[in-house]
Amino acid sequence: MAEIIVVTSGKGGVGKTTTSASIACGLARRGHKVAVIDFDVGLRNLDLIMGCERRVVYDFVNVVNGEATLRQSLIKDKRFDNLHILAASQTRDKDALTTEGVQKVLEDLAADGFDYIVCDSPAGIEKGAYLAMYFADQAVVVVNPEVSSVRDSDRILGLLASKTRRAEQGERVKEHLLLTRYAPKRVETGEMLSIGDVEEILGLKTIGVIPESGDVLNASNKGEPVILETESDAAQAYDDAVARLLGDTRPMRFTTVEKKGFFSKLFGV
Amino acid sequence: MGMFDFLLVKKQTASVAKDRLRILVAHERAGRGGPDYLPMLQRELLEVIRKYVNVDAESVKVDLIGDGENKVLDISVALPDRSNV
Repeated sequence: MAEIIVVTSGKGGVGKTTTSASIACGLARRGHKVAVIDFDVGLRNLDLIMGCERRVVYDFVNVVNGEATLRQSLIKDKRFDNLHILAASQTRDKDALTTEGVQKVLEDLAADGFDYIVCDSPAGIEKGAYLAMYFADQAVVVVNPEVSSVRDSDRILGLLASKTRRAEQGERVKEHLLLTRYAPKRVETGEMLSIGDVEEILGLKTIGVIPESGDVLNASNKGEPVILETESDAAQAYDDAVARLLGDTRPMRFTTVEKKGFFSKLFGV
Repeated sequence: MGMFDFLLVKKQTASVAKDRLRILVAHERAGRGGPDYLPMLQRELLEVIRKYVNVDAESVKVDLIGDGENKVLDISVALPDRSNV
């Protein structure tokens, strides 16, 4: 049985694709067979973050329409043999994906022996976001410690609890919170919502906290999922999140301000 | 924090954000899954009450409580202080 994980948020620009790419890589690095699917029809981006944009021949909609086989459309990752990417279509037809079509692709992937299917949701609460979450077993809700992102996340949590296959069967999608762009220093000065604040407002535990980091932009520039920049705090935080997703317990890192020496204290730098 | 930091004016906006979100999320969750007529009912009730008392939009609350067969329409109106009437 393949485990289907949706990475969603409601609000755009909070790090869904960055997170999808890193979680997919993290799972693959641990030896699991992983497929990561871009559900953002019309605005393909996962391929860029994964660094395979020049190898896209067929996309998700081609498979759904029977214009290509799943095998032809899956792009094998250059770094991990057991990681495959299914790119979004760039068609402007918003109705290109159907519930039945998506279900068929997910079932075929499961039959093909995939352990994890990571669904990268588009922003918003339109059809693409609905389809990305509909078949999910687990959901990673990406949230920035900022008012509009938190509010939209709560909206998404409401949809996960009502508009998914699991909800319709009287079950629940297992929900996780992933905080991104977290700045411990700004939390300490009272300028940013803390992990505890966000958990309290949304009534959900965090599975990972990714610190605000310049490495995320640098990694995306290169087409390298940030989790692979092993020296980076963001990479290590993503790796912790993947471990927790798989059931490990790990303490949160990079969530407090590092203690400073005497001189930096004196001059406040 | 540096020793000269006290010269800077600290803006502790996170607690404001938290309070606003707490209220908003609670409000939006309450409205979720409820019948579609509730917001309209709330607006019309507000208009009727305003004919007699000067209340603002936030002082009228309409909720559907209880589950199963017995649902109770809970309407609460906070009247303003005498001085404001």
